[in-house]
Amino acid sequence: MTSYFLQRLIQSIAVLLAVSVVVFFAVYGIGDPIELLVPPQASAAERLALIKRLGLDQPVWSQYFTFLGNALSGNLGTSFVHGVPVVSLILGRLPATLELVLLSMITATVVSVPLGLYAGLNPDSRPSRIIMAGTVIGFSLPSFWKGMMLVLLFSVWLGWLPTAGRGETVTALGMQTSLFTLDGLKHLILPTLNLAIPNTVLMVRLIAAGAAEATTQDYVKFARAKGISRRRIVRRHILRTILIPVVTVVGIEFGSLVAFSTITETVFSWPGMGKLLIDSIYQLDRPVVVAYVMLTTLLFVGVNLLVDVLYAALDPRVKLSGGMT
Amino acid sequence: MTGLLDIRGLRTVFHTPEGAWAAVDGVDLTIRRGEVLCLVGESGSGKSVTGFSTVRLIDPPGEIVEGEILFDGKDLRQASDEELRALRGNRIAMVFQDPLSTLNPVLTIGEQMAEAITAHRRCTKAQITEESVRALARVGIPSPEVRLRQYPHEFSGGMRQRVAIAIALLNSPDLIIADEPTTALDVTIQSQILYEVQTLARETGTAILWITHDLAIVAELADRVAVMYAGQIVESGAVDDVLDRPCHPYTLGLLKSSTGTVRPGERLHQIDGNAPRIDARPSGCPFRTRCDRVVPLCSETYPLRQENGDRAFRCHNPVPAAPATSGEVLP
Ligand SMILES: Nc1ncnc2c1ncn2[C@@H]1O[C@H](COP(=O)(O)OP(=O)(O)OP(=O)(O)O)[C@@H](O)[C@H]1O
Ligand SMILES: [Mg+2]
Repeated sequence: MTSYFLQRLIQSIAVLLAVSVVVFFAVYGIGDPIELLVPPQASAAERLALIKRLGLDQPVWSQYFTFLGNALSGNLGTSFVHGVPVVSLILGRLPATLELVLLSMITATVVSVPLGLYAGLNPDSRPSRIIMAGTVIGFSLPSFWKGMMLVLLFSVWLGWLPTAGRGETVTALGMQTSLFTLDGLKHLILPTLNLAIPNTVLMVRLIAAGAAEATTQDYVKFARAKGISRRRIVRRHILRTILIPVVTVVGIEFGSLVAFSTITETVFSWPGMGKLLIDSIYQLDRPVVVAYVMLTTLLFVGVNLLVDVLYAALDPRVKLSGGMT
Repeated sequence: MTGLLDIRGLRTVFHTPEGAWAAVDGVDLTIRRGEVLCLVGESGSGKSVTGFSTVRLIDPPGEIVEGEILFDGKDLRQASDEELRALRGNRIAMVFQDPLSTLNPVLTIGEQMAEAITAHRRCTKAQITEESVRALARVGIPSPEVRLRQYPHEFSGGMRQRVAIAIALLNSPDLIIADEPTTALDVTIQSQILYEVQTLARETGTAILWITHDLAIVAELADRVAVMYAGQIVESGAVDDVLDRPCHPYTLGLLKSSTGTVRPGERLHQIDGNAPRIDARPSGCPFRTRCDRVVPLCSETYPLRQENGDRAFRCHNPVPAAPATSGEVLP
């Protein structure tokens, strides 16, 4: 167990290093931010001073090592545009994203487990066919288009829900949240829905396939031969087996939602991390982009580790040992 | 003649786009209390389907279309789902062929035993543990208390099959249907399990329907035997009677091809050809294409069941009474 974690830790550090190299040089290649940062009326001396202050006069590899050195002490740099440390800038936007992501993950799970189970256990029924057809549609529509259609339908035509922003927020546990005001909740509905749809359909399909496969297993037939009720067979024997792939997907999707809720946040002007990333890319705010990717990588690595641990808890055949990668 | 289980004219078909094919095609079978009945036949003859049909565990595209399944006087074909559930695992228990896949890999042995008990009666936790431990000990599993907390992958194949048998024993059923439960096991473990099952049947009065394709097992275990071919019972009767004086040419062929009958140096006999596929069975007697005693009548009608006391067979040209086998079947 310990050697397993040690091995995973070394792997994680290697991944973080590799990502830092790639992203740093890639962002460097996108363009020179200085034109965007210096006001047009600034003198040549002011311009030079700014370049020097931001460290842009150094060669790229030296910039990278400066970044790496600072990063090791927990400092990922200062935003060119906002002039504040990027970590606090990004973390300041985290609650908004987290709120959106958590809510959509919960929505996806709550909706997909019963639908997927139903479709998997009654594959030939009419509702099941409708559910499965629905997942194909949910899959194939791009996120930005779905987002705009939601806005069109619920905000523009029906006028039920607001189109943009977080609405009224309150402070809970030291974070701003929209969860506890009616206005905030109204603002949450559409972006949550938009973010939840792809995961819902993915999980419905996964659970349906898992349930359909599990019902054909000998151990399910044996359970029936033991006289176990259908309810219990579904809950203990089938659901328990399906939980393993579902946990993986929830884990991976959680990471990617936090990282890539950018489209939804942009469509709904949701002031989260994703919106910050898009804005920073437009403004060539290098430190923010690099730090964002680094933090996202850290998140992925952490979530993966957590998923592995959960795996071992769910599937008695999995032993966390040094030999497994 | 009535028994604990009386199957009359059972017909189970599998629906395909080309039509409904009968895997079990008019089976009559009787099992009395405390009796071990072996059902033998080649692969694909319909033994498993007969076993599963008995407790109506036939899933689409399969369907039981004809016949009666009288268990203790009640026709299970008329039983409701809840009546069937209450019966399964309680009065009729099953053991499956493949011990590696019958236990749920993610649940402990203890939980899988406990649920088999609580599905049928109210019990305290202590009682459940006690009964589970006793059942495991009975099938020869060492340190059962520890084993209860383990998962299936921590058991060998032979041990898992013992667990499955222990589960079948939990509610002291009237009938155990065991579908080739020892095929996947090696010979020593196999005979150990056979011995235990036989003892159990004697001690508890549990009747056993033991499905196998191995005549050596039949000779060792059975009180009575039924020989199955192409979805039908072609011969049945007391085990000594059938094995010593087979009436049906198929039974004779099986006996000749059984290793136990061969003397050293002698070649193993084989029945010519293969068993016909379910969708390509010959008209009349389905065995006629492989039979060396075939007469013109065989291709016209399927021979009716001829009964003589406990002995029954279906053949137009049965093997003459003179002993035709070259030796007797050894266990
Ligand atoms: N689920 C199914 N779908 C279609 N056909 C089936 C199904 N199950 C069984 N059959 C058919 O029913 C026939 C009898 O099968 P069964 O499993 O009862 O044979 P068996 O005597 O138990 O053979 P074995 O010794 O190989 O276990 C076979 O021809 C098989 O093709
Ligand atoms: Mg079989």
